[in-house]
Amino acid sequence: MVDLAAFASMGAGSIDAAMLIGAVLLEAALLYVGYGALEQAFGDRVVKQLKGE
Amino acid sequence: MEILGLSLAMFVLFVGFGLLIGVLFGFFGMGGSFLVTPALLVMGYPTRVAVGSGLAFVFGTSVIATLKHRDMGQVDYKLGILMIAGTTAGIEVGKEIVLHLETLGMAGSIISVTYVVLLGGIGAFVTYEALRGDDDDGGIDHDAADGAVDADDIPDIAKKIQSYNVPPMISLRGGVSVSLWLILAVAFVTGLLSGFLGVGGGFIRMPALFYLIGVPVPIAVGTDLFEIVFSGGLGSFLYALDGGVDLSIVLPLLAGSAFGARVGSAATSIVDEGEIKVYFGLMLLGGALAVAVREIGNVYGIDVLNTVSLVLILGSALLVSGAVVYSSITALREDGQSSSPA
Repeated sequence: MVDLAAFASMGAGSIDAAMLIGAVLLEAALLYVGYGALEQAFGDRVVKQLKGE
Repeated sequence: MEILGLSLAMFVLFVGFGLLIGVLFGFFGMGGSFLVTPALLVMGYPTRVAVGSGLAFVFGTSVIATLKHRDMGQVDYKLGILMIAGTTAGIEVGKEIVLHLETLGMAGSIISVTYVVLLGGIGAFVTYEALRGDDDDGGIDHDAADGAVDADDIPDIAKKIQSYNVPPMISLRGGVSVSLWLILAVAFVTGLLSGFLGVGGGFIRMPALFYLIGVPVPIAVGTDLFEIVFSGGLGSFLYALDGGVDLSIVLPLLAGSAFGARVGSAATSIVDEGEIKVYFGLMLLGGALAVAVREIGNVYGIDVLNTVSLVLILGSALLVSGAVVYSSITALREDGQSSSPA
């Protein structure tokens, strides 16, 4: 006989795990875009400062 | 004050540690979780959480790094997909070994010993090559062309392996042709180490792609990172099923490493990597020494050695990432002085 409770529990565990990994992926995407925008906005200015120009 | 269930001091420590590792990852294309997992073990996290969270961190960092390498055309998707197939099986086997060793109560010790041997061995090799002054040792040449590989640039081991004609043979970017079975074997072994040690496997797989398969170094780096996205994602998912991923660790580490990766990537166009290769080798040796010191402390019950171990890990990462940043700033200032009118 199929243990439906155990099957449902495993499915819920998979969804929780996928959500955890999805959260990491979402943060990575946001950071890539966010830091990219910061680099575009301030990158040249920082390099010029470091060069003493 | 608490953030994500961590004290403010711990949160800042994780962000700062991620920043250091991000600089290394962005500059060398490797060097992520082999520092994170031992650090988490030293800080007292259970082995499963240290390994699972290390994999999740590598997954997030590799997503960011792959996006940058994709823009530079340095990803061989065919090789990457083949590597994924072999690595998937290897990770599952590596994870089962860890879970089995945990039930025997031996996981921490065996993982630590494997770390010491691997990090120490590779660290000694890199340091030796750097001190010998040989620049043609397979390190990442950021200026290498992304065209057909020169026969003189293929390591002798790779030439020997490529000479074995075991069909089906697979054509790769750079004009390289290698047996499918060899690619799958390399992928399986690195996947096994990835699942077992909780590392992305970059510091093993990238040299393996270059030395054993013979693909040009820039493509080896880009393809390795592409593959780590999947191996890190799958590995962390499998550990998350068993409650091994702690977001309060991963999120602050990633916040730091994403910024550090940009700094490290930018530094590649400024600094000659050969200048600081010796620091990279010493960092690996420092990581190996840190894990060894911790194990000695555990065996003999000397608690202070745990602190010494953590200082060694953080100090090693700080030394090399600091060398990258310092060399970059020095090079920029010299450039600014030479270009300014007399």
